[in-house]
Amino acid sequence: MWLWIHKLGSPPHFYRIAGLLTPWFGWSAGVLIAAGVVSGLFFAPPDYQQGDGFRILYVHAPSAWMSLFTYVVMAIAAAIGLIWRMKVAHAVAASCAPIGAAFTAAALFTGSVWGKKMWGTWWVWDARLTSELILLFLYLGYMALRSAYDDHQKADRASAILALVGVVNVPIIHYSVVWWNTLHQPASVTKLAAPSIDPSMLLPLILMFFGFNILFGALLLTRVRGEVLMRERNADWIRERVSQP
Amino acid sequence: MLTAKNLHQWRGERHVLRGIGFALEAGQLLHVAGPNGTGKTTLLRVACGLSQPEEGELDWRGQPIARLGAEFFWDLAYVAHDAGLKGDLTARENLRYAAGLRATASDADISSALATLKVASCADLPTRALSAGQRRRVALSRLLIGSAPLWILDEPLTNLDAAGAALVLELIARHLVSGGMALVAAHGELALSIGRISRLELT
Amino acid sequence: MTPRTGMIRAATLLIERDLRLAFRRASQLCHPLVFFLVVTTLFPLSLSPQPSQLRDIAPGVLWVAALLSSLLALDALLKSDAEDGTLEQLVLSGQPVVVLVTAKTLAHWLVGGLPLVIISPLAAMSLGVAPDAMLVTAEGLLMGTLTLSFLGSVGAALTIGVRRSSVLLSLLVLPLAMPLLIFGARATDLAMAGEASSGPLYLLGALLAFTATLAPFAAAAAVRIGVE
Repeated sequence: MWLWIHKLGSPPHFYRIAGLLTPWFGWSAGVLIAAGVVSGLFFAPPDYQQGDGFRILYVHAPSAWMSLFTYVVMAIAAAIGLIWRMKVAHAVAASCAPIGAAFTAAALFTGSVWGKKMWGTWWVWDARLTSELILLFLYLGYMALRSAYDDHQKADRASAILALVGVVNVPIIHYSVVWWNTLHQPASVTKLAAPSIDPSMLLPLILMFFGFNILFGALLLTRVRGEVLMRERNADWIRERVSQP
Repeated sequence: MLTAKNLHQWRGERHVLRGIGFALEAGQLLHVAGPNGTGKTTLLRVACGLSQPEEGELDWRGQPIARLGAEFFWDLAYVAHDAGLKGDLTARENLRYAAGLRATASDADISSALATLKVASCADLPTRALSAGQRRRVALSRLLIGSAPLWILDEPLTNLDAAGAALVLELIARHLVSGGMALVAAHGELALSIGRISRLELT
Repeated sequence: MTPRTGMIRAATLLIERDLRLAFRRASQLCHPLVFFLVVTTLFPLSLSPQPSQLRDIAPGVLWVAALLSSLLALDALLKSDAEDGTLEQLVLSGQPVVVLVTAKTLAHWLVGGLPLVIISPLAAMSLGVAPDAMLVTAEGLLMGTLTLSFLGSVGAALTIGVRRSSVLLSLLVLPLAMPLLIFGARATDLAMAGEASSGPLYLLGALLAFTATLAPFAAAAAVRIGVE
C-alpha cells in the first residue's frame, strides 16, 4: 500500500496512472450527474412549502459540500507535500484551489438564485451563504499567495502553510458565523435549509452527490496532470514521451 | 569537519547546484569561485543550513546538519552579502544584540572586536550613517565575538579598501591557525599568509 | 567560554531590540493610531452625525477601524528584518524560531496594538458609547488586537519574499480575523445595551489562547521558508 502511494509520488508514474483513470472518472460523473439532474427536475415531486424552487438544492447542496471537501483535500495534500517533500502532492494542492473556488462560486450563485426565488433578494446574509463567501475569500487568498511567488517551490511551501492555517480556522469561522446569524435573525426565516426530505426527493440528491464527488476526481486528475507537465517540463521523462512518435 | 556530497539545488526552475561535493577541515579555507550566477550564494546558504538541498548530504562532524539544528548553528558564523545590520541601531548595539542572542557579549569584547576591524570610531554611530566599507567592517567584527569554528562568508571583501581587505584576510588566517575553518565565496583571488586554501570552481 | 543565552533571555533581548528600534522612529509610532481615529471619523461623515445612528453602528465601526489600522502596521513586523538580512541571522542564532517570532509579535503589539487599546475610549466617546461600554470595548480590543498580531505574524511571515505585500497580507488575514470581529463587536453591542457581555469576551479569550499558542509555529515555519 505504502509502496503504491510512494510510486504515485513520482511524477511520471502519476501522470500515466492519472491519464488512465481520468476517462473512467469523467464518464461515471457524467452519467451520475445526468441521472441526478433528470430525476431531480422531473421525477422528484414539488415541495409543499417551496414548490419547484427547491430543486436548485440538487446543485447547491453538492456544490457546498464539495467546496468544503476540496479545501480539506487541498490541506491534506499540502501537508503531505510539506512533510514528505512530495512534488506531486504540491501539484495536487495547487490544482485543488481553482476547483474548490469554482465549487464555492457555484454554491454561492445557486444559493443566491434560491434566495431570489424564496425571498425576492439576490443576496441574504444567511449563515451558510456567508460562510461560503468567507471560504471563497480563503481560496482566493490562497491563489493570490501562490501567484505572488515566482519561485514555485517557495510558492508551494508558503501556500501549504496557509492551507493548513485555513483548514484549522474553517470550523471556527463557520461556527462563529452561525452564532452571529442566530443573534440577528430568527432561525426559520432566512435559513437556506433543505425542506424535510421525503425519500423520493432524496434519490436525486444522492446521485448528484456522488456525481459531484467523482466529477471532482476527474477535474482534479486532469488539472494535476497539467500541473505536473508544467512543473516537469524540463525533465527527461517528458522529453522522451514527446520525442516518441 | 564540514562535508558535502552530491548536492543538488534548484532556484525556481534553474538547476543551480549540480552534484557539488567538498570536505572542509580545521585549518582549511575553501574558496568558492566562479562567475556571477553560478550558485556561490546558493551553495553558501545550503552550507549554512538555511536552505535545504533537493538532493545530497551535508554533514557537520559526521552528523547531518538537518538533524543537528541549533547545535550546528552554534558552531557557525555566517556573514552574508547583506551586512545584516539594523540601520537605526549603533554598531555597538547591533553587535550586542546579534551576539547576545547566542551568548552574552561583554562591552569589552564588542569594543575590542570593533577596534580590531578599525571601526572603533563608529561604535556609537547608527549604522545607516556609515559608509558601505565601514558597515562591512562592523558586520565582520561579529566574527570575532564568540568562538564559532566554522566561518561562512559571502563576498567578505566587497566595499573594502586594500588595507581593509588585507586585514580581513589576516583575520581569516589567524582563525585557521587557531583551528577554525572557513568557506568563502569570492570573485577575486584570496591570498593568505598562512593556512591551506582549496578551491571549488563553480561553472 | 560564556554560557549560551537561554530562550527567555533571548526573547527579552529581541523585544528590547525591537522596542528600541521602534522608538528610534518615534514619529512613526502614531501613524496607526491616527489612522484609527481618522477611519472612525469617516463614518459620521459618510452616514449621519445623529447620536442615535452613531450608537447603532459604533461597535462595528470601532472594531473595523481597529482591524484595519492593525493590519496596516503588520507589514512592518518582518519586512525590515528580511530586507537587511537580520532575519536570517535570527534563524541562525540557534534559538528556537518559535520563541523569536513570538517575541517579535509581542514587541509589535506593545508598540501598535496596546496604544490603540488605550486610545479606543476616545474613538468610542466620539460615537456616543457610554463609559462602562468603553471599558468592555477596551477589554475586547486588548484581546482582539493581540490575537490579530499573532494571526498577522503568520501572514507577514508568509509574504516575506513578496513585493508590495501589504494588500496581500490583509487579504490573507482578514477572513481569518472575522470570528474575532464578530465576538468583539457583539461584546461592545451587549455592553452598550446594558447587558452582560462576558460571553463574547470569554470567546475572544478562547480565540486568543488558541491563536497565541498555534500561530507562532505556523509563523516560524513560514519564516524558515522565507529565509531560504
